[in-house]
Amino acid sequence: RPRQVRLVVPIAVAFSPGSVPGDLPRPLPFRDVQEMEITVNLRTSVTSHYEMVYRGTTAQEEAALAAATAREADAALRPLQDVSMGSLTMYVVPETSSLLPQGISVYVGKHRSALVRAGGSLAALQARLQQVTQLMSFTATSMAAALSDRVPDGRLSPDARRYLKSSLGYEITFSLLNPDPKSHAVDWDIEGAVNCYVKPVLDKLSLVANFSVDSQILYYAVLGVTPRYDKESSSFLLSTHSLPHVINPVEARLGSSAASLYPVLNFLLYVPERSHSPLYIQDKDGAPVSTNAFHSPRWGGIMVYNVEASASPQASLPLHVDVDMARVMEVFLAQLRLLFGLSREELPAEFLLESPGNEGLADWELDHLLWAHTVENIATVSTTLTSLAQLLDKIGNIVIKDDVASEVYRAVASVQSAVAKLGKGHLYSAFQASKEAVTSSERAFFDPSLLHLLYFPDDQKFAIYIPLFLPMAVPILLSLAKIVRETRQRKKEPTKMD
Amino acid sequence: FQDQAEQFFRSGHTNNWAVLVCTSRFWFNYRHVANTLSVYRSVKRLGIPDSHIVLMLADDMACNPRNPKPATVFSHKNMELNVYGDDVEVDYRSYEVTVENFLRVLTGRIPPSTPRSKRLLSDDRSNILIYMTGHGGNGFLKFQDSEEITNVELADAFEQMWQKRRYNELLFIIDTCQGASMYERFYSPNIMALASSQVGEDSLSHQPDLGIGVHLMDRYTFYVLEFLEEIHPASQTNMNDLFQVCPKSLCVSTPGHRTDLFQRDPQNVLITDFFGSVRKVEITTETISLDRDLAGFESEFPEGELATEPLKYAEQLPVAQIIHQKPKQKDWHPPGGFILGLWALIIMVFFKTYGIKHMKHVF
Repeated sequence: RPRQVRLVVPIAVAFSPGSVPGDLPRPLPFRDVQEMEITVNLRTSVTSHYEMVYRGTTAQEEAALAAATAREADAALRPLQDVSMGSLTMYVVPETSSLLPQGISVYVGKHRSALVRAGGSLAALQARLQQVTQLMSFTATSMAAALSDRVPDGRLSPDARRYLKSSLGYEITFSLLNPDPKSHAVDWDIEGAVNCYVKPVLDKLSLVANFSVDSQILYYAVLGVTPRYDKESSSFLLSTHSLPHVINPVEARLGSSAASLYPVLNFLLYVPERSHSPLYIQDKDGAPVSTNAFHSPRWGGIMVYNVEASASPQASLPLHVDVDMARVMEVFLAQLRLLFGLSREELPAEFLLESPGNEGLADWELDHLLWAHTVENIATVSTTLTSLAQLLDKIGNIVIKDDVASEVYRAVASVQSAVAKLGKGHLYSAFQASKEAVTSSERAFFDPSLLHLLYFPDDQKFAIYIPLFLPMAVPILLSLAKIVRETRQRKKEPTKMD
Repeated sequence: FQDQAEQFFRSGHTNNWAVLVCTSRFWFNYRHVANTLSVYRSVKRLGIPDSHIVLMLADDMACNPRNPKPATVFSHKNMELNVYGDDVEVDYRSYEVTVENFLRVLTGRIPPSTPRSKRLLSDDRSNILIYMTGHGGNGFLKFQDSEEITNVELADAFEQMWQKRRYNELLFIIDTCQGASMYERFYSPNIMALASSQVGEDSLSHQPDLGIGVHLMDRYTFYVLEFLEEIHPASQTNMNDLFQVCPKSLCVSTPGHRTDLFQRDPQNVLITDFFGSVRKVEITTETISLDRDLAGFESEFPEGELATEPLKYAEQLPVAQIIHQKPKQKDWHPPGGFILGLWALIIMVFFKTYGIKHMKHVF
C-alpha cells in the first residue's frame, strides 16, 4: 500500500503597494494551493502542499517595510508575523525598491520571513517564491536525504547520507589537545565560552533534541600524521590526503562517554608542538585553509590553533597561551551546523541571507531541521513496526509481553497523530508526536525479551524424536497389524461356520 | 568526472566496527584465541579504536595455569609475536560468550544495564567486520563446547540487523571446519563472506610450538594475518587480493567467499573499508560570526547558588520487573495431550492384543 505523507506549509504572501503584478487571476485577498510530489521509491512518496494566502500588507507592515535597511525591516516585521513553526511569510516589495541592495532579489531574514522583489509577472514571482519557500522549509534533496534508507541504492551518492541522524539527544565534547606541554601552557576558558557562545545555540536547538556538553584537556596527544615543512611559507603543512588518518590515533584517547547512549560529537582544538609550529591545513589546491579546521561527518571537527611564535628565543618555556575562544567557537559552531546539514553554501547569487548572530541558526533553519527529522522519524517508525510484525510472523514461538504490546500500540497511535498534524501544518506538535513514536517503537523492537532462540530446524526435530518414538512405535504398529488381521479373520469365520 | 566516478565506487560508510568472537574453551584450543587476538591486533593497528571493537573470548589463555609463559599469547613459532600485548580490552570473557549474548550484541536487544563497551552501537553508515573462529560443522558453530549457533540463526540475526539498518556493509570471516556452510543461508543485502574451508573439508592448524605445547594458530588466519601485516591505513589493496590469500597449496583446505549479496564490485572494496577506520573528512570553509561584545550570557543561576535537583539513586536492576515477573516461558515441549494420547494408544493395543483376561495377572 503506498504511504502518503502530506507536508502542509502555510505561507502568507503580502504584497506591499506598488508590487502587485498585473496578471493576478483574482483580486486580493485569495488562497491558492500548490502541490508537489516528491517520490522516493515505488512505495514511498511525500507530497508537499503549500497553502498560499495572497493578501495586501497591513498598515503596520507597511510602516515596518519603510525602514532603511532590510535587517531593520526584518526586525520590525517580526512581531507582526505568524510565528508558529513551519509557517512562512513573504513580503513582496516593488521592483524598484531600495530596501534590498542592488542585484539582490531575495532577502531571507533570521526568523520566518523573506523580502522578495516583484518580478513583473505573476509567473516570475511565483518561480522566485517557490525557490525561497523550498529553501526555508524543505527541498526534494533534503527529503530524499531524510528518507535515505528507502532510496534505491545507486540513486543517492554515498555522500548524501552524511548528516546526523535524528536522535533524542546528542553529547558534545570539547577537547583541548596539547602535545607539547613543556613548551605551551595552554589556558582555555571553556566554561565561559560554553556559557557565552554555545549555550544560546544549544538552547535554540533544544527544541530538536537534548544536548549535554562536556570538556577535557589531553596532554601528549599527537596527531597520527607528520606534517611536511614548506620552505616558501616557512610553515608546516598538512595535506588533504593525510587528514583522514589524523583522527584515529586520537580517538582512542578521547573516551566516548560511558554513561550515555546518545551519539557523541567531538570538537578538538589542537595546539601544535613548538617544533611543528605554525601548522596549516592545505586544501585540494594547496592553499592554506582560512579556518584551519576540518570536520568528519557524524563525528565532529578538529581545529588547529597556532600559537604566535614569541619574538625572543630566550622567552622562558613553557609559554603561556590564552586561547581566543570566540574565534575557536566561531569555527566549532559552524562545524556543528554543517554536521546537522545546515549549510549556506549553494545559493543563487541574488539571494541574501541574514546572519543569525549568536543564536547560531535562523528560525527557518530550525524549521528545516524539524521537517527533516519529523519525516525521518515517521519513516523509521513505520520500518521498525513493519519489521517487528514480520519477525513475529516468521517465528511464532516468541511471546509478546504486555508492555511490549502497549509500546507498539502507543507507537502506532503517535505516528498516526504525527501524520495527521503534518497534514494540518502543525510542525512542532507533529515533531513531538514523531519523537514519542520513535521512542516507543525502539523500546518495543529492542526489548530484550524478543530473542528468537527457539529455532528448531526440521531435521533436528526428526533427529530428536525418531530415536525416542521409533522403538516404541514398532510393537504398537505390529500389534495394530495383528488386531486388524484378527478382526478380519473373525469376520470371515461366522460366514464359514454358517 | 574522474572525481565523480571515484566517489561512486567509494563506500558510503562513516565509521567502522568489529565483532571478534572466539568460541572455544580449553587449553588445547589456544589457537582459536590466538586467531582472534591477532585479528584484534591488526584491526587496532589499522585504526579502529577499542570503543568500536566488541571482543569475545571464550577462555583465558594468557593467565591459564597451563601457560608456560603467563600473560602472553603467541601467534608465531619461537614466540616471535605476542598478540596479547598491554592494552587488550576483552568485552565478553569466559562464560559470557554464549550464543544468546552474541545474538543480543548483533541485534541490539540488550538489557538496559549493559555497559557501553559491551554494545554494538552501529548505525546505517557503519561497516562491520565480524570474525568468528572455533570448532564448527556443516551448518553450525560450536560455542563453549555446550551449545551451537546454526547458519539459519546467524542469517536471521543479520536480517534483523538489516531491517533496523544497523550496518552499511558487513564483512563476515569464519575460520572453522566446513566454514562455508555458515554463510550459505545469508539473504540480507550488502554482506560479503569469507570462509577458511568448504563444506566437507576441515580447516587445519598451522604449527605447534614445542615450548608452549599446543598449536599456535590456524592456517587460514595465519596467512590472512601475514597479508594484513602488509596493509597500512593508506593502502589501496582491495578485496580480490584477500580472496587469493591462502591457496590450497598452503592451506590444504579450499577457502571460499561469497559476494553475490554485495552491491559493489570486490575490486573496488578496499581492505581498509573493513579492517581500518579511514574517516571521510571535509574542509570547513564556513564560519559563523559571533558578537564578542556580548557582555557574557547571564547564567541562569547567580554565582554561588547551584540549582539543586533532588538527587536520585539510579536503578541498577529492574526491581519492579523482577518482583512482578511471571515465570519465564519454558523451552518448547510437546503438548501434554500428545503424550497422554500416545500412552492411551499403547495401553489399548497391549490389552487388545493380549486380551483383557490377562489384566488380573498384571494387577
